[in-house]
Amino acid sequence: MPYGDVMLTISQDLVDKIKAHARADHPDEACGIIAGRDGEPERFIAMANAERSPTFYRFDSSEQLKVWREMDDRDEEPVVIYHSHTATEAYPSRTDVTYASEPNAHYVLVSTALEQFRSFRIIDGVVTEEEVRIVAG
Amino acid sequence: MAIEVRIPTILRTYTDGAKAVDATGATLEELIGDLEARHPGIKDRLVDAGKLRRFVNVYLNDEDVRFLGGLGTPVSDGDTVTVLPAVAGG
Repeated sequence: MPYGDVMLTISQDLVDKIKAHARADHPDEACGIIAGRDGEPERFIAMANAERSPTFYRFDSSEQLKVWREMDDRDEEPVVIYHSHTATEAYPSRTDVTYASEPNAHYVLVSTALEQFRSFRIIDGVVTEEEVRIVAG
Repeated sequence: MAIEVRIPTILRTYTDGAKAVDATGATLEELIGDLEARHPGIKDRLVDAGKLRRFVNVYLNDEDVRFLGGLGTPVSDGDTVTVLPAVAGG
């Protein structure tokens, strides 16, 4: 089973960074990743939302290439891919599911409207919510 | 010599797990045709109705080919083509 545990273990510090980014970009959607090795989220990377939209997000393609190369050099992967919903609940939309293409990633959604922080696996169009365990640090 | 094509995790089922494969061609379209001959099925994941799929980013060296010439972008030996899934949603 290459997809790891059906649980996201993440530090309080990283959770706070994601929430702060979501708040800062509200009412537009915020997006980014947490890079890491062996499925452990470590390095917070806020990405620009090229759409600057309250209903859609897209990583800027040039920034994405730069960040993905950097991860490659450091043997990291996008352990967490996060974005915010600013008027609806933190659950993957149909568009989120259509685009989801990292079977190893935890898809984190935060809702700035409802103050939710939730994590999902999205594999072959199937959404599975997973437990989030927040640890100190 | 050939052109190195870097393959994202999600498409490595077509390349027996390889992170990078070689292909040849004078344009991106020809290159993808050659990729398809070597790794059947991969073209359909990159191209739809004669255009690059919205869900993938293809880069020639450091540049998104959408800002170059799309599928008609000329490529030459020693270039690197990188495929990444677009990260987007609603």
